[in-house]
Amino acid sequence: MALSHLAASASRSSSLLKPLSSALSLRRPISGDNSPLTVETSVPFTSHQCEAPSRSVETNPKELLTFFRDMALMRRMEIAADSLYKAKLIRGFCHLYDGQEAVAVGMEAAITKKDCIITAYRDHCTFVSRGGTLLEVFAELMGRQAGCSKGKGGSMHFYKKDSNFYGGHGIVGAQVPLGCGLAFAQKYSKDETVTFALYGDGAANQGQLFEALNISALWDLPAILVCENNHYGMGTAEWRAAKSPAYYKRGDYVPGLKVDGMDALAVKQACKFAKEHALKNGPIILEMDTYRYHGHSMSDPGSTYRTRDEISGVRQERDPIERIRKLILSHDLATEKELKDVEKEVRKEVDDAIAQAKESPMPEPSELFTNVYAKGLGVESFGADRKEVRATLP
Amino acid sequence: MLGIVRQKMLEQSLKKIPPAVSVLRSYSSAAKQMTIRDALNSALDEEMSADSKVFLMGEEVGEYQGAYKITKGLLDKYGPERVLDTPITEAGFTGVAVGAAYYGVKPVVEFMTFNFSMQAIDHIINSAAKTNYMSSGQISVPIVFRGPNGAAAGVGAQHSQCYAAWYASCPGLKVLAPYSSEDARGLLKAAIRDPDPVVFLENELLYGESFPVSDEVLDSSFCLPIGKAKIERKGKDVTIAAYSKMVGYALKAAETLEKDGIDAEVINLRSIRPLDRSMINASVRKTSRLVTVEEAFPQHGVGAEICASIVEESFAYLDAPVERIAGADVPMPYAANLERMAVPQVEDIVRAAKRTCYRSVS
Repeated sequence: MALSHLAASASRSSSLLKPLSSALSLRRPISGDNSPLTVETSVPFTSHQCEAPSRSVETNPKELLTFFRDMALMRRMEIAADSLYKAKLIRGFCHLYDGQEAVAVGMEAAITKKDCIITAYRDHCTFVSRGGTLLEVFAELMGRQAGCSKGKGGSMHFYKKDSNFYGGHGIVGAQVPLGCGLAFAQKYSKDETVTFALYGDGAANQGQLFEALNISALWDLPAILVCENNHYGMGTAEWRAAKSPAYYKRGDYVPGLKVDGMDALAVKQACKFAKEHALKNGPIILEMDTYRYHGHSMSDPGSTYRTRDEISGVRQERDPIERIRKLILSHDLATEKELKDVEKEVRKEVDDAIAQAKESPMPEPSELFTNVYAKGLGVESFGADRKEVRATLP
Repeated sequence: MLGIVRQKMLEQSLKKIPPAVSVLRSYSSAAKQMTIRDALNSALDEEMSADSKVFLMGEEVGEYQGAYKITKGLLDKYGPERVLDTPITEAGFTGVAVGAAYYGVKPVVEFMTFNFSMQAIDHIINSAAKTNYMSSGQISVPIVFRGPNGAAAGVGAQHSQCYAAWYASCPGLKVLAPYSSEDARGLLKAAIRDPDPVVFLENELLYGESFPVSDEVLDSSFCLPIGKAKIERKGKDVTIAAYSKMVGYALKAAETLEKDGIDAEVINLRSIRPLDRSMINASVRKTSRLVTVEEAFPQHGVGAEICASIVEESFAYLDAPVERIAGADVPMPYAANLERMAVPQVEDIVRAAKRTCYRSVS
């Protein structure tokens, strides 16, 4: 009873970390602590124009349990979104991230909320790792007032400026120059922070990416370009879209690192390395070798261009949550039952958030005309029939 | 010996010719004259001085002193961290500038001409204009995109297009088009101070033209409101609404019309979005006749929008159909005679105004 109360409050608080450790401390003071632990990444890093970081990653039980919980939450959230979409409560585009959770959690573990992240449309889990709540996610997906963009953005336009999460972008590849711009502003403001600009293997061939990379390298911007290579740009496999699918090498004069994106600890190590590099030497590319279980979006079954065996193979061999589960169990940081209980809690959190989101009303009609400008100057705007519907922009 | 005498005579005769400048000074009125170029340069200088978040970015804005010398001297004054020369990659550097604006600094991006802005138009529309709305007010985009727009002289089809109508159709953008030096200073300062993305359309052929500027205009706090047009010439018989260079043509047309007993009111739009519909409608309700003038392609243009506004708001006041004078509906030709036919001339505006007055146009 007390546990579910704590779990429910987690969805309202901005931090995913606190409730878990306090929940566990009720029953097991040993796990959820900060005693150092060193774990080897699944595979070594491959580098381009730089020296790869070590395979040995420093972590601790608390972090591993947080990884497990956060990824389980994200997994559950995306699967629930799938059901909501099929129930027609979510409309339009819905691009799901299940399978790729390790990139979001590993990255967040290496940085602070003062570092910036910008990504493309597969943004639900990145938003959550930046501190967004489940309610904000589901309400936004359903177009309700409690959504992070008050229902006016939709799946592809989640933002959280107070944790330096800049979206959520619908135009493939455009987020990369924008991310380099964030890095420019961080350097201009002398903030000693970095920007992670995420993009997919599909976007990796965009010209504007190379334009932005050139500028970032010339001006030594603290920009980290992260290619989330899930091997398919919509329905086009990487080898059919890129003459050179070695995306970590595509920066040419910009160093790069290839990372097992299904290993949260490898992701964390790479992002830590990249942050240090970017602050001193300018841009770097990280290629995260990852995989999405769903199709490109909810309109894509995901099976016309890849085999079911391939998908289930990855799920069996490389699933990021299973990897952390095995790690936790092998290091005796929690029992199987405790981990299953975490998954149950997380499921309940998600269900509660959905119920709450369903209660949230749709935006008021007057919201059609708000936020067109930051400073509307009292000008007029019009509805479909301008003699019927007019508004003054504040 | 002869050479020295000749030289002395030359010096004496030169001394007798008063230098042109001082003649003008002694004969001109108290108001100072300022070129558009200097107006823009001083506006940028003052805004950069007042707010350390303002910086410039564009091709040749730094060491070259600006392709049209608008940013002359600013690199020396503010340094390479605030005046940035970019590679020739509009999509890339515009995206970088918009991202910087997301973070809260204030870029002023120069497009060498707005023709090249088409390379970056996705960032202007989808990354800049729409973000405040999509984020429900979380992320505003305090950026200015400026540069020469419209026809120059003999630069051909790819370098002569006017983009006012395209950008002004997009909610989330503000689009300004100065005519005089007062406009240039006041509107650019307003644009830089504005928290929203502003497209600032200059005109290459106006850069060297001088206009009188009062002390108020020269003050560093001077600013003009966005969204308000200006009546450049009061009149009662026909309203002529124009922007940028065409305002000058409209004023010349008004002089010609006056000789024929037609008293034209000339409106300088200044702001294409927001459009000052109330001022234009008030003027047409007074005169009952309207001629719109633009250099741009005619279809779906600024004149069409103004005409629609009048028909919707002031139909009963019209005594004649609205007339549109615009650029020819063809890509800009190079040959001088064809180019002349492709842009509005003063006589076109006069003719259209006479048509609204049902006067014979011979």
